[in-house]
Amino acid sequence: MSEEFPGYKGEALKLLKKAKAEIGDIVRVIKNGETFEGILIPRSEYGDEKHIVIKLRSGYNIGICITLTTQIEKVGVGVKPTFAASLLPEQRPDLPKVTIISTGGTIASRVDYRTGGVRPALSASDLYSVVPELSEIARIDAEILFSLFSENITAKHWAEIAKTTARHIEDGVAGVVIAHGTDTLGYTAAALSFALQNLPVPVIMVASQRSADRPSSDAATNLIGAVKAAAKAPFAEVVVAMHETVSDKAIVFHRGTKVRKCHTSRRDTFQSINASPLAKMENEKFFILVKDFNKRDSSRNLVLKPIFDEKVALVKFSPSLDPQLIDWYVSKDFKGVVLEGTGLGHVGGYCFSAVKNAIYNGVLVAMTSQCIWGRVNMNVYNQGRDLLASGVIPLEDMLPETALVKLMWVFGQTSDVDEAKRLMLTNIAHEISPRSLHEGIREEKP
Amino acid sequence: MSIDYSKIGLKVGLEIHQQLDTSEKLFCSCTPQLFKDEPEITFLRRLRPTQSELGQIDPAAFFEFQKGIRILYEANKETVCLVEMDEEPPHDLNMEAVETSLVVALMLDGNPVDEIHVMRKTVIDGSNTTGFQRTCVIALKGDVKVDGKRVPIQHVSLEEDAARKIDEKGSVIRYRIDRLGIPLIEIATAPVLYSPKEAEKAALAIGRILRATGRVKRGLGTIRQDLNVSIPDGALVEIKGVQELELVSKAIELEVQRQLNLLKIRDELKKREVTAKSIKEKYEDVTSIFEKTKCRVVQKAISDGKQVLAVLLPKFAGLLKTELMPGVRLGTEMANRAHFWGRVGGIFHTDELPAYGITDGEVRELRELVKAESEDAVVFVADNLENATDALRAVVERARETLLGVPEETRGANPDGTTRYMRPRPGAARMYPETDVPPIRINEEYVHKLRDHLPELPKRKMKRLMKEYKLNEKLASQVLNSEYALLFEEVASESAVSPTTIAAVLTETMKALRRDGVELDKIRNEQIEELFSFVGAGKTAKEAIPDILTWLSKHERASVKAATESLGLTMLSEAEIAKIIIDLLQENAQLVKERGKAAFGMLMGLVMRKVRGRANAEMVNKVLRRKLEEFVRKS
Repeated sequence: MSEEFPGYKGEALKLLKKAKAEIGDIVRVIKNGETFEGILIPRSEYGDEKHIVIKLRSGYNIGICITLTTQIEKVGVGVKPTFAASLLPEQRPDLPKVTIISTGGTIASRVDYRTGGVRPALSASDLYSVVPELSEIARIDAEILFSLFSENITAKHWAEIAKTTARHIEDGVAGVVIAHGTDTLGYTAAALSFALQNLPVPVIMVASQRSADRPSSDAATNLIGAVKAAAKAPFAEVVVAMHETVSDKAIVFHRGTKVRKCHTSRRDTFQSINASPLAKMENEKFFILVKDFNKRDSSRNLVLKPIFDEKVALVKFSPSLDPQLIDWYVSKDFKGVVLEGTGLGHVGGYCFSAVKNAIYNGVLVAMTSQCIWGRVNMNVYNQGRDLLASGVIPLEDMLPETALVKLMWVFGQTSDVDEAKRLMLTNIAHEISPRSLHEGIREEKP
Repeated sequence: MSIDYSKIGLKVGLEIHQQLDTSEKLFCSCTPQLFKDEPEITFLRRLRPTQSELGQIDPAAFFEFQKGIRILYEANKETVCLVEMDEEPPHDLNMEAVETSLVVALMLDGNPVDEIHVMRKTVIDGSNTTGFQRTCVIALKGDVKVDGKRVPIQHVSLEEDAARKIDEKGSVIRYRIDRLGIPLIEIATAPVLYSPKEAEKAALAIGRILRATGRVKRGLGTIRQDLNVSIPDGALVEIKGVQELELVSKAIELEVQRQLNLLKIRDELKKREVTAKSIKEKYEDVTSIFEKTKCRVVQKAISDGKQVLAVLLPKFAGLLKTELMPGVRLGTEMANRAHFWGRVGGIFHTDELPAYGITDGEVRELRELVKAESEDAVVFVADNLENATDALRAVVERARETLLGVPEETRGANPDGTTRYMRPRPGAARMYPETDVPPIRINEEYVHKLRDHLPELPKRKMKRLMKEYKLNEKLASQVLNSEYALLFEEVASESAVSPTTIAAVLTETMKALRRDGVELDKIRNEQIEELFSFVGAGKTAKEAIPDILTWLSKHERASVKAATESLGLTMLSEAEIAKIIIDLLQENAQLVKERGKAAFGMLMGLVMRKVRGRANAEMVNKVLRRKLEEFVRKS
């Protein structure tokens, strides 16, 4: 593959190089007496090496198969797109300051219709020009921290995000917006909930389920909702701002420790589990949906605790699970294992000795449930009582993902196992709800 | 009006869109069907115009967005899944649809592409939940012959059909997304059709090829023709959605007429020395004049706290009522624009006043207030300030365009062949790759195989229909043009009914029934086959066919037997016929006495009226002849 010819390799690449044609140039392809003319387009990385792709005058792309007699000529030089940004709207000094930190995931982008490229818009001026409404809400400061797919984000990145966020908060912004891919957004949200304590202003994580290049994208609506919340919301917590339903109506703010991605593709993929969302915004108005929340108070002093210990694992129990998996973690000096057990919090009897062995070796073993909804209770069945007696810590209604993040964070604060156990059962960022309420499991909304 | 189109320099290009009869939609496994009931799912969206790399945004689209237009989508579970809702990426391209498109392309002698690339064509009016239509070129080039002339085909492409617009209330546009995703083939000709008739013939020829595949949907709305019409001094105007073939030539004739009339208006304005500058964007609040008006529309607006805003069009008097085509005046064009840009219900102009409850006195006051002379026209609207201003701005713009002749625009076809303003012509197609659908390779072997098994070309089939089934030329041609072209042969080769009768039923009878509002799409091929086997076996009379078809359209999936029983159309036995005839002879004893055997014709008519649909005429003839002889003899 080649950098100047994205996606092209082998035969096709040779022919293009010979013709000295670059992406965006106008080329003529002559094959079996037929002539095709169009703009040379990048090829998908996974395409074969026998086709070249051109954009016809009608706007359509077609792939042409290269044969031994195929000729390619360059007949015109492509015009390089020069983006003429529209005039930036005037910054209104009376508006609150909001920082947008990008970590990856595209919340705004522009399309190059000529070659089909989609380019992210990340700088403040880019954002203003693509989502002009932002200039009416806040004075935006944008920082590009990473450009990572969210599945590539690890605990090390959480620490970086937490520190960067803290720096902006200490500079006195009215709120921070963090753009993040959706896949592991829930984990990062939980991590920030533990790392950023005593928040004076809100930290709003935002993402989109439909790419920003399409007119139907949820990106702009979510971003506008997030920036509004960062600028004006009455709460000061780490939340995830996304669509409440599949309609472009309300933006809902989920608590970072209670939120989970529950659908592979829907706009309303994020759901608060075992808890109500913190708030929602509809028709420009905020509605607080919980009784108890941390109010915005710029005089409060942020407490930053950005250390995470990655020697913690999440193990999902499933039938026939090989207990040696748990042994392996012990042998690799892991400090904690969160089990994602069945039902009220169980694993098969054939795993008991491995669990006991782990605890005996000073590994903290905690229990969550793979049911997603509900609370673990290990007193109901014998198997549960046995595990409990061995020293497994039941983690109430905590999400397995949040439990993993919390345990990493806990071992970032202490290396004492007893202190770690105590912290795991202490409600730090609303990760444990004392009461299990009827609502919550996904219902059809009228 | 007889027009020499070649002298005018008319050029027409066609884009024929036809729904394919596949078992699934183009990018998902939903049933490609429409639903009538109340929607089970609704959701509300906004579409944001995306910016291109060059910073360009489609002005009409951005305007709509700024106006806060929202779209309410309606769906049901049978015909819609998350893909149409834009809540899930598209599945793989439907290969059944690709194959049908390839067959059509090959019948048109086109060149299939080596690799199909699905594109996203930006469409932001709400008709696509994504904000773009997925479309791909299947083949390039090819041609269709029209009276010996070769009309080049530019491309054959395959796209997803759009959602159906239901209505528009205030800032909410309602769409039903059942139709979204139904595979649609598009065939575009070069703009080399030089008369309305020629364009119609080309559309007909392409339609025949589509139907010859036997894999296209039938019924109203399943085929739509877009027409690109231009004359040198006028402009290129795109007419969208002509649903009937018969309307193609009429729509073109009317469009030419419209453009010629607009040119006359342009010349008249030149004579009157009107310039773009002299048409001022000065909108005056004239609400006070109408405070006590009898005009209900204006009265209601004022009582809702809205205002009446007016603009002066210098020296336009008399021109706004100039008819451009039947029912469409220059004033109508302005009203359409005002509706599009200002979302106002309509406009008033002095060319049509006093009327609608607006009095002569009010018109006089209005003219005074805006300082209009008698040669000037005044246009006004009643709405909130923002909408009224947008509406009048659009009126001024349209008035200025009149000075230049014909504006380029996209127009929608009405059922009578006239057209209405839809939107400005979009700029260069804004297409970019649909990266969620991988390119599809079309290998030569596959194409060869399809080429070896192509359906019979319409021209050859025409000859064969005349020879094999002894159809006359008119009927054979009607069969070819009909949606039942394939069914005809299936029925004709099996049924005892004469091919001429079958052909007449499948073309003329069907056409008449459709005109009467019978929903023929509800009737399945198997039912039609069963009907002819009934008629062939003498179980019902051919005269009963229209009634049975009508009944079947209202009773989906019912049998022909059920139809005949329910309609009382089961055949009478000879004895039953004889009894009816004897009764009739007795009732008409006087007549028979007077005229003897000469009464036959009249009696035959009377009997047939009684037994129509339940007896065949030959049998009646035979029995009546016998009974009449007996009766005459006895008396």
